[in-house]
Amino acid sequence: MRWHRLAAIVRKEVIQIRRDARSLLIVVVMPVLLMLAFGYGVSFDIKHIPVCVFDREGSQQSQDFLKHFQASEYFNVVEAVNNFPALIHAIDAGSCRLALVIPHDYSLKLRAGGPVSVQALLDASDNNTANVSISYSEAVVQAYSQQLQLEWLNRQGRFVIQPPLSVDVRTWFNEDLESMANIVPGVVAIVMAVIGSFLTSLTIAREWERGTMEQLISTPVTSLEVMIGKLVPYFLIGMLDTVLCAGMGIWWFQVPFRGEWSVFLISSALFLTVVLSLGYVISVVAKSQLAASQAALITTFLPAFLLSGFIYPIDQMPAVLRLITHLIPARFFMTITRDVFLKGTSIPLLVNDLVALAVFALLLTMLATRAFQKHLS
Amino acid sequence: MNHEIPSVVVRDLVKQFGNFVAVDHISFEAHRGEIFGFLGPNGSGKSTTIRMLCGLLRPTAGHALVAGYDVARDRETVRQSIGYMSQKFSLYNDLTVIENIRFFAGMYEVSSAILQQRIGWVLNMAGLSGRELALTGTLAVGWKQRLALGCAVLHRPPILFLDEPTSGVDPISRRHFWDLIHQLADEGVTVFVTTHYMDEAEYCDRLVMIHQGKIVASGSPLELKQHAVEGELLLLECEPLGLALDLLHTDPDVLDAAVFGNALHLVVPQAMAAVARLRPCLTAHGITVTKFGPIPMSLEDVFVALTGKRVKSANQEV
Repeated sequence: MRWHRLAAIVRKEVIQIRRDARSLLIVVVMPVLLMLAFGYGVSFDIKHIPVCVFDREGSQQSQDFLKHFQASEYFNVVEAVNNFPALIHAIDAGSCRLALVIPHDYSLKLRAGGPVSVQALLDASDNNTANVSISYSEAVVQAYSQQLQLEWLNRQGRFVIQPPLSVDVRTWFNEDLESMANIVPGVVAIVMAVIGSFLTSLTIAREWERGTMEQLISTPVTSLEVMIGKLVPYFLIGMLDTVLCAGMGIWWFQVPFRGEWSVFLISSALFLTVVLSLGYVISVVAKSQLAASQAALITTFLPAFLLSGFIYPIDQMPAVLRLITHLIPARFFMTITRDVFLKGTSIPLLVNDLVALAVFALLLTMLATRAFQKHLS
Repeated sequence: MNHEIPSVVVRDLVKQFGNFVAVDHISFEAHRGEIFGFLGPNGSGKSTTIRMLCGLLRPTAGHALVAGYDVARDRETVRQSIGYMSQKFSLYNDLTVIENIRFFAGMYEVSSAILQQRIGWVLNMAGLSGRELALTGTLAVGWKQRLALGCAVLHRPPILFLDEPTSGVDPISRRHFWDLIHQLADEGVTVFVTTHYMDEAEYCDRLVMIHQGKIVASGSPLELKQHAVEGELLLLECEPLGLALDLLHTDPDVLDAAVFGNALHLVVPQAMAAVARLRPCLTAHGITVTKFGPIPMSLEDVFVALTGKRVKSANQEV
């Protein structure tokens, strides 16, 4: 490898990137847009479930019960109806997910010491939301029943008996159980995968498309020099983008960053090497910029989105799929970013993931050097 | 004549793409300081040959030595000894003139001690002094070609391969370009050039005529014109042309007859005897003969006589 030639390629690439408005757009605007889109767009929190109520009694007591639903941040009473067909229609039309029906003898039975049944109808076409709605409404109802029981006991002048068992909950790492804290570090990984492979997927294809490759390969430059010379500028840009994305996560989305920057940067450098080399290999094979950029998106974005544990937890996947995730580099980096951001994990506990990334990086850079042959046809 | 090792030695070189034989067992030698022309129509195998000699394509069979190195085995050494200018402009349009020069100087490892001097030399040669900061994409075609030539000779290679270097260039720029080629040859550079322009072929020291991947003739332009075709050449201007052509094709004394512009070129064993015999014959068929006499053989006549194919029609010539 000759430094002269390597330096000349790096310089040339930097000039070309600087002059190409499109690549500047990819470098600066795309990461910000992707961070915003995913940061706000992807949320697993289920709140403000729309509720429709049919109060057949309309007493002060029944209204008091409904107020407890309205007061919860998980429910939002959007509609009150006075017959069944209207209730059914509200569910059919999708204007509510949960419908509550209060019986006509609600307060009467209550005063008699119960039990009173309140009917809940659920739109379970989205089973996840339905499940969550059930547990939230049970929680609301239980809290309210307890309150009623307490009031009744007090009126009787009896002691309040504490339940024998209770759970003392402490949530670690993501104390407020905000899904954003889980998502944003993952988004950083996804944005890096997309930008990294996208940037390099164009470099070789562009030279073929513009006809400049023929002149380049007629010179004594080696495949290794071409690869390193083309990857170095994009590596530096990629690292800047990584810091930009992480910075947005910390200061814009207010996600805690508890780990060491050095750990984050080292693992980012490994992951970037993986995705940049992958983009480069695609670029060598594709020979057209359009085909290359699409292939880069499909091979990095989709697996990083679906199989890295970003959306679907890996330990919940079927065994076969779980095995396949080991072929997705983003899977390992996803673990690292989340751990470094939220848990502040240090290197010893991340060794497995780091080694996996290093192996991917080594294999793909080797493949990239091999893939590019210095001849036509 | 020349006792040195030839710059380029080609023996039985073959290139096949699937079933298509692009280059079919060609052999030739080019010597130091020679302008070696490769003449043939598009698709005849010129570019394929030049690409094999630059190590850009692997030969299917045969050998080629460039500057003493085998193009199949010592590709990288070959590349250090050659300059190459491809048919299609292939410098970076989004780089400035000076940036392109510096990039290729880097590729050829021109040492920084002599870089400034080389840059000055190339700029001067290409007539681009004062336009160093112009984006290459904004240059006229003629200037682009000269810049490409300059970038190909930055490392002062002993052998230069030019693949149709003047296609699409105006006549004055072509003239200028050929002056540069002669200048380089005078300095001892072997220039290997492909062309389909007959007038350019005249500038070469030695020529190889190639047709359908095979060499049909070789020699200096003069040798080719004098010896490649047996017989003498006649020019016939008459009306109607088509009838005359049909008539002459059936005449046993006419070795070859072809349309050149608005006249016919005939190859006959003996010029004066043929004119005396054919003129009355043509008139008898109602053909008006306005001009009929011997003319010197041109390279195009040679090519047509050897292949039955025109390299490029006369009215397409710039």
